Amino acid sequence: MEVPILKQGLYLIASIQSALTDADLSALREALIERVGKYRARGVIVDVTALDVMDSFAVRTLRDIAHMARLRGAETVIVGIQPEVAFAMVQLGLTLKGVSTALDLEEGLAFLDRQGRERLDRVQGRGTRGGTTRG
Amino acid sequence: MAAKGKDPQAPSLDPQAQSESTAALLRELVAHLRQNRTQLREEWARRITRAQLLTAMTEEEIFAEATSVYDNYVEALETGTFEALQAYARNLSERIIPRGVETHEVVGIVLLLRDVLARSLFGKYHEDFDKLNRILDAYEPAANRVANTVAVGFVQERERIIRQQQEAIRELSTPVLQVRERLLILPIIGVIDPQRARQLTEQLLRAIRTNRAKVVVIDITGVAAMDSNVANHLVQTVEASRLLGATVIVTGLSPEIAQTLVTIGVDLSEMATVGDLQGGIEEAERLLGYKVVPLEEPVPKA
Repeated sequence: MEVPILKQGLYLIASIQSALTDADLSALREALIERVGKYRARGVIVDVTALDVMDSFAVRTLRDIAHMARLRGAETVIVGIQPEVAFAMVQLGLTLKGVSTALDLEEGLAFLDRQGRERLDRVQGRGTRGGTTRG
Repeated sequence: MAAKGKDPQAPSLDPQAQSESTAALLRELVAHLRQNRTQLREEWARRITRAQLLTAMTEEEIFAEATSVYDNYVEALETGTFEALQAYARNLSERIIPRGVETHEVVGIVLLLRDVLARSLFGKYHEDFDKLNRILDAYEPAANRVANTVAVGFVQERERIIRQQQEAIRELSTPVLQVRERLLILPIIGVIDPQRARQLTEQLLRAIRTNRAKVVVIDITGVAAMDSNVANHLVQTVEASRLLGATVIVTGLSPEIAQTLVTIGVDLSEMATVGDLQGGIEEAERLLGYKVVPLEEPVPKA
């Protein structure tokens, strides 16, 4: 099943609604990476609230999305990982290293806004303030 | 199976007759125990005191309990059903366990009663050796079952209490506290075993979600020792919290733990650590954008 990708200002939001097959995940990755350029997005949010399992392929795809989107100029945040899923992931050693995470969509948007401001501050030579959860 | 329609129970006539005679003997036995209730009960209570069992209870209490145990005992012998006795044993255990009565005491008094009753039977039937044998054949299995029921009831009750307390301790031992909007602290005290580490992580993750926490301070001042297993659990907790979007700060690593961790080569470079809980909370406030200023300090005008 196809994952809807919404454009919201400078950000793209992909909200996964049900369990995905490997092919669906690959399709999502391709669609997202393509649209980052098309819409000149500065941020990508992948909402996984509806997922109650995440296997290694899903985790790898999410990580790939984040790294690829960064190469295309957009920061990625994974939001809505369930506590049980998080626990299972660390037990399996799937930890999304180098990918930003946030509690839910609202937090993800706030995080991207802050990132954008910090980038602006850096460009203008001002100091920055911490508060991200980049691993 | 029963193709021939013949009663397969046919050869059981002999055992049936035997069980009937057992029942008759038990009836006779019960009548005897009822008749001598007062005397046997007193003898039993005396023996209990002499053997220095149930020292936590007064003599009157022992006598009162002895009476009801005696009656339940005889009833179980008579009816052959143990439900009432089981319930009574549970009830008794519930009352006497908090007073420090030990397992050996309970088993001891039940065996004493068995002994007292057996002696009384010897006394009654010592002239008719054959009958005594048959009476004992009927009495022994029933008495063993009664003793078993009481002892098992006591141990089960004890285990139930232990389980209950363990659960209570476990619940108590992992409080997740919110100190500010979006800031949680998790003070860990005592020994961390894999089961507790797992429970701790689950509880923390749930709390992060319900409190929408952004920063968590885990304080391990109260953890005496740490090995690589525990350290790995801690790393996993930190990682899982990050997946939910929360930053974890670990505080209160004692000098011993710091030395052990470096010596055994656990990689904690992914973990933010601050010396003590105060420092950890200050760092967390900084991350959240809070600034704490004393009230009396004059606020500078913009």
